[in-house]
Amino acid sequence: MELTVNGAGRSVPAGASVADLVGDIVPHPRGVAVAVNGEVVPRTGWPTRALRDGDRVEVLTAAQGG
Amino acid sequence: MPFELGGETFTSRLILGTGGAANLHVLEQAIRASGTELVTVALRRVGTAPGSTGGLLELLDRCGVRLLPNTAGCHTATEAVKVARLARDAFDTDWVKLEVIGDERTLLPDGVELLRAAEELVADGFTVLPYTSDDPVLARRLADVGCAAVMPAGSPIGSGLGVGNPHHIRLIRQGVDVPVILDAGIGTASDAALAMELGCDGVLLASAVTRAADPVAMATAMRYAVEAGRLAAGAGRIERRFHALASTPDEGRPEL
Repeated sequence: MELTVNGAGRSVPAGASVADLVGDIVPHPRGVAVAVNGEVVPRTGWPTRALRDGDRVEVLTAAQGG
Repeated sequence: MPFELGGETFTSRLILGTGGAANLHVLEQAIRASGTELVTVALRRVGTAPGSTGGLLELLDRCGVRLLPNTAGCHTATEAVKVARLARDAFDTDWVKLEVIGDERTLLPDGVELLRAAEELVADGFTVLPYTSDDPVLARRLADVGCAAVMPAGSPIGSGLGVGNPHHIRLIRQGVDVPVILDAGIGTASDAALAMELGCDGVLLASAVTRAADPVAMATAMRYAVEAGRLAAGAGRIERRFHALASTPDEGRPEL
């Protein structure tokens, strides 16, 4: 299925969860947060949150900022 | 004297922002030189903005500083509340430097959205440190809804113009019972010292250090400026006079 991840198109296998996607993007998901379609998905919910075709996913982490 | 903020005790009254540093190596040296114990970070897409490619959190661990996530770039209360919740999930902290920007050119806060977001986050258990304007009434409203501090801008973010309205900063200090942290606009050490002399409990700055030609030297200068300003504020300065008042006594002056 086709997702938009951090603003770019990305294909993932059907049935993939948020945890699967995060695992593909960052090897050690320390300091990472995820929103799907503008809603926060808490870390504890990543394994059970199934992704759907067309989902917009933001995978965020610490960056330099004042 | 230790500094109480959000139920925690700090020795340093300088909060350092990490934005603008050329690289993580310089940032680490500057953090160490500043003596800070509280450092801001932003939340951005993985692998995009500076620092988001990894290493920033490890660096902050090594320095032994507490992390203060910000909501930089948010323009509405709804957006800022979401970013604060994402930061809480990412960094295991309910502290947030709340920023809700209302104007692109000055990056000054949108007071209406800021107050709304502050109320919502306080109700959700956050320790809210709002970046606000130098409006004493808005500062009081933010304290009234339960913010752990108020952080008025001295002047626009990154401008280096210093404390534009010292009178208002004093009024804010007199008007709230929570710590007042001068946030934004600091250009050099004397600006930070002035903020502390006006009665501020702390200073938050980023660009003044990270974009200085020598960030480590400026971080050291800021460390001493905040300490000097704090000491001076409590030392009872002399009154300003129109004419001179000799410090050397007239008594015993020789007749030559």
